[in-house]
Amino acid sequence: MMFDIVGKRFWFLSISGIVILIGIIFLGVFGLKPGIDFSSGSIMTLSFEQSVDKDELAQELANLGYGSASIEHSPAGDFLIRTVELTMDEKAQLKEGLAEKFGALTEKGFENVDPVIAKETGRIAIIAVVVAAIGIMLYVTWAFRRMPRPFHYGTCAIIALVHDVLVVLGVFSITGAILGWEINLIFITGVLAVIGYSVNNTVVIFDRIRENLTKGISTNFEVVVNSSLVETMGRSLNTSLTTLIVVLALLFFVGSSINNFTVVLIVGIVAGTYSSISIAPLLLVIWEKREWGRLIRWWPISRSRS
Amino acid sequence: MSRRNTIAWIIILGLFAFALWALLPIEGERLGRKGIQLGLDLKGGVRLVYQADMSSVEPGEEADVLDGVIAVIANRINPLGVTEPNIERRGTDLIVVELPALSVTDVQKERIGRTALLEFRELVTDEEGNEQWVPATAVIDGQEKELTSSYFKENTYVDRDSFGSILLIFEWNEEGSRLSQEITTRLLNKPVGIFEGDEPLRGDDGEPIAPIIRSVITDRGQIEGLSLNEANELSSQLNAGRLPVPLETKYDLTIEPALGADFVNLSTKAGIVGIVLVMLFMIAYYRLSGLFASLSLIFYGALVLAIFKLIPVTLTLAGIGGFVLSIGMAVDANVLIFERMKEELRTGRTLGASIEAGFNRAWTGIRDSNATTFIVCAILYWVGSSIVAGAPVKGFALTLFIGVAVSMFTAIVATRTLMRFVVGTRLAQRTSLFSTYAGRK
Repeated sequence: MMFDIVGKRFWFLSISGIVILIGIIFLGVFGLKPGIDFSSGSIMTLSFEQSVDKDELAQELANLGYGSASIEHSPAGDFLIRTVELTMDEKAQLKEGLAEKFGALTEKGFENVDPVIAKETGRIAIIAVVVAAIGIMLYVTWAFRRMPRPFHYGTCAIIALVHDVLVVLGVFSITGAILGWEINLIFITGVLAVIGYSVNNTVVIFDRIRENLTKGISTNFEVVVNSSLVETMGRSLNTSLTTLIVVLALLFFVGSSINNFTVVLIVGIVAGTYSSISIAPLLLVIWEKREWGRLIRWWPISRSRS
Repeated sequence: MSRRNTIAWIIILGLFAFALWALLPIEGERLGRKGIQLGLDLKGGVRLVYQADMSSVEPGEEADVLDGVIAVIANRINPLGVTEPNIERRGTDLIVVELPALSVTDVQKERIGRTALLEFRELVTDEEGNEQWVPATAVIDGQEKELTSSYFKENTYVDRDSFGSILLIFEWNEEGSRLSQEITTRLLNKPVGIFEGDEPLRGDDGEPIAPIIRSVITDRGQIEGLSLNEANELSSQLNAGRLPVPLETKYDLTIEPALGADFVNLSTKAGIVGIVLVMLFMIAYYRLSGLFASLSLIFYGALVLAIFKLIPVTLTLAGIGGFVLSIGMAVDANVLIFERMKEELRTGRTLGASIEAGFNRAWTGIRDSNATTFIVCAILYWVGSSIVAGAPVKGFALTLFIGVAVSMFTAIVATRTLMRFVVGTRLAQRTSLFSTYAGRK
């Protein structure tokens, strides 16, 4: 039984297009919530002897002048309180005020980032992502240099990659707005890992396309790509599955403190698998057959049909 | 079993034994390395980043000035009893201080970067009758100079007098001696205030210390009324020297060791569960091949952890994430090979031939896909080195790189050797063991 993925490429790409569009809309509406790594501020991890209600804590923080503070409750029972930058004195006063109201507390962790450092971190993060994307495109183009149009391979890999990053950002834009999840350095690390992983998948499929083209199993590019897809399907899905298993274990056990990392990986791996299978190779076909025009014209038709 | 395979076997078993020996017991010392190095977020400790105010420093002298700052900070850290402190210069004006596995109070943190300078001030009454503390000055060699602790010799100490009061005893250097002589002569029987910054030194009772000058002080003096702790701290601050330039704290990360230990526990559990689940999956889907892959995975795990211990690699929480991710990717190489093998088997080749063909054909895919991961690792490593909070990122890049590199090795060498072992035996006839009956198209 052969799946004809390539034949239905316009459908697959439309789905991707819609997903990306939704992601972009969310990003536009909700934006992203930057953590202290990028917007300066401080995070204090406090553990109270008595049990404290989160809303009461928020109220007291507001009373003390930190109305815009955000609070997270860790599974271990600690509170992670995020505020603007604190000087030593302000921090001492804050702790005093909280201790007065809620009883004895211990400070288990503290991180304070100055705007200068935050800006620098942001700058470097952006450079890193851009350099990664360009570096990967160049490498893929070079790796496939003996193929007829190596630049296509590089570019399609990049487009798939951009899709994955946009999906991740879109998801985090929603969770940022609803759950208060933040974009911090670990998030960027996760994004870069996703980039590496997604291209990993894409390259394996491309490699099979290359092999089949060289073997000359068909003169029709569509058929070659489809066979390659079908042949590598088992591997693509299995690898993603095993990686998801380990990341889920990490998410389950270590919990919310590295949410920004594990969830990025999960979303990224799923998006990456999808993009490696249905975006990169299908774009290759469209490009090869110069069907860009057909793609654009097809879209309004399909939308008016539904 | 061919000769080549025997050699491969010996190498693999040898490496495995070495890895286990190097790794266990974890805290045991091997080749000079004890235990696995943990980063700040797992071990607890403090990281502070200071920005030095270089406005009064001549260009070209920055390096020397920063080295001076580092020396002073090193002195101040000594009494805290840190085992492996790390102080380094970053860029033109940043200093990074790392104190691992230490529980540090805010007060102690402040002391590290504080410009311990005591100013002696006199009380002046202005026209409206208001009293004000003004820095006590005298003219020496035609220049008006303030009397401060910068003229102390670096041998202050704390003592008790016959009444049991705490005394901070100091000695003037030459210039200080002359200044002091003039000023104390002028201020005889008047109070002198001792200020740090704009705050007066306060005694045990909370009142500012402002002793009355009873006699002219030329060489030794004493400050009375401080608490024992305060006197000791001040003394060591003064002896450790004054910071050449003022520092401002730009970044502060403090983690209690207990919090870090929590993370280590949880990540270890996650790692073990993850590996076990992956092994189960591999065996379920790839059957006998999956079993070999699982064994090879154990070999992989031991090897990577041994490398972490021996290099040593500082493991951060993100670093553990990198290791866990690389486990998932380690399986990838095996999966590539096995899928290829399945195809070969389906075309009717023998097991032996399928194994060889599988490994050979899969190589280009493995090489190219892992290369892109390496590119990302290199970039992440650069990111980690360029920013002050970058240790976790650096740790992740390193562990992912080592993990993926070793996984290439174990998949190609170890799994293949294990599989070749089976070739020519009766098991090899039963090809159903090697591909699941629920195969896809």
